[in-house]
Amino acid sequence: MSIFEYNGSALVAMVGKNCFAIASDRRLGVQLQTIATDFQRVYKIHDKLYVGLSGLATDAQTLHQRLVFRHKLYQLREERDMKPETFASLVSALLYEKRFGPYFCQPVIAGLGDDDVPFICTMDCLGAKELAKDFVVSGTASESLYGACESMYKPNMEPDELFETISQALLASVDRDCLSGWGGYVLLVTPTEVQEKILKGRMD
Amino acid sequence: MECVFGLVGDGFAVVAADSSAVHSILVHKSDEDKVMLLDSHKLLGASGEAGDRAQFTEYIQKNVHLYQFRNGIPLTTAAAANFTRGELATALRKNPYSVNILLAGYDKDIGPSLYYIDYIATLHKIEKGAFGYGSYFCLSMMDRHYHSGMSLEEAIDLVDKCIMEIRSRLVIAPPNFVIKIVDKDGAREYAWRKSIKSD
Repeated sequence: MSIFEYNGSALVAMVGKNCFAIASDRRLGVQLQTIATDFQRVYKIHDKLYVGLSGLATDAQTLHQRLVFRHKLYQLREERDMKPETFASLVSALLYEKRFGPYFCQPVIAGLGDDDVPFICTMDCLGAKELAKDFVVSGTASESLYGACESMYKPNMEPDELFETISQALLASVDRDCLSGWGGYVLLVTPTEVQEKILKGRMD
Repeated sequence: MECVFGLVGDGFAVVAADSSAVHSILVHKSDEDKVMLLDSHKLLGASGEAGDRAQFTEYIQKNVHLYQFRNGIPLTTAAAANFTRGELATALRKNPYSVNILLAGYDKDIGPSLYYIDYIATLHKIEKGAFGYGSYFCLSMMDRHYHSGMSLEEAIDLVDKCIMEIRSRLVIAPPNFVIKIVDKDGAREYAWRKSIKSD
């Protein structure tokens, strides 16, 4: 079994009209065994920037700690929050530093940039950035997620519709993947508020 | 065939572990204590390679003591868990430890908590958990019988049920187990469950 499939994960981020949503599954497993059903994969960097880390859980936790550290240093020096594009470059650089002994993670970055324009991107474990205008996916359920998102996505969705779409795409995809699931966690960010919701899907 | 498992009850946490020290086909001793008292209100149950287990858990224990000496106050359970994970994570790509850990503790303001730390430094706060081949039986027993806020009697009953399952269903099951609890009065040994007496 691949090291990326050791813990199991599913992540998706979608862009709507002046808003974005990022969603993950909640399973923490060790190969076939489920350890917990409330594992958090989406981390806050600042009010308008979130990063989801799929792949090996230990590397996701280490990488999250390093990213929070780097962002706090940035805040001290620059006296402001990082823009999502800058943060994406930071993540890419941190990952490529370990080119010949990488972190086994695939990050999904989602944020509201200047003028509250939504930004999403994903990258592989070596830091190869992939910007997208519509949606990005990551994790063991990524192939199912691509299919579900491609068929369900529409541009310029309002927050409520975006929430519904991302939730349905996530639940449909993790139901086809044995290593991810046990519910979902959706974060919807608009310029004025942040909504966190837990989804109940097939609990297996 | 090592096994460590634990759960959180009403105002306490319990950690149980088998107590056989085995090398290949030989049982060196069957009353090895694998649940260490980290400080007055913390328990560290560890399973894995014998040398790594003893060395790493002692290292954590001494560092937790050092923090208390230096700062005059003990570490919280969460801090101790994160410290342990940090040490495992730093060593992971240099000289990895093969030790799986369940860290239980009692904090005055938070109450009891249990942390799952596996050998590749995955950290998660849990209500019930288990390591080893015994985990396949323990986790299922706990899924069936566990509920949050169990009393001590109920929790020990569940621990005994898990031990019965391991003894009856695991080939080369460990004969003896140690059970330790931690609550507001501190961390202490609760009982042994022995089916082989050793001198």
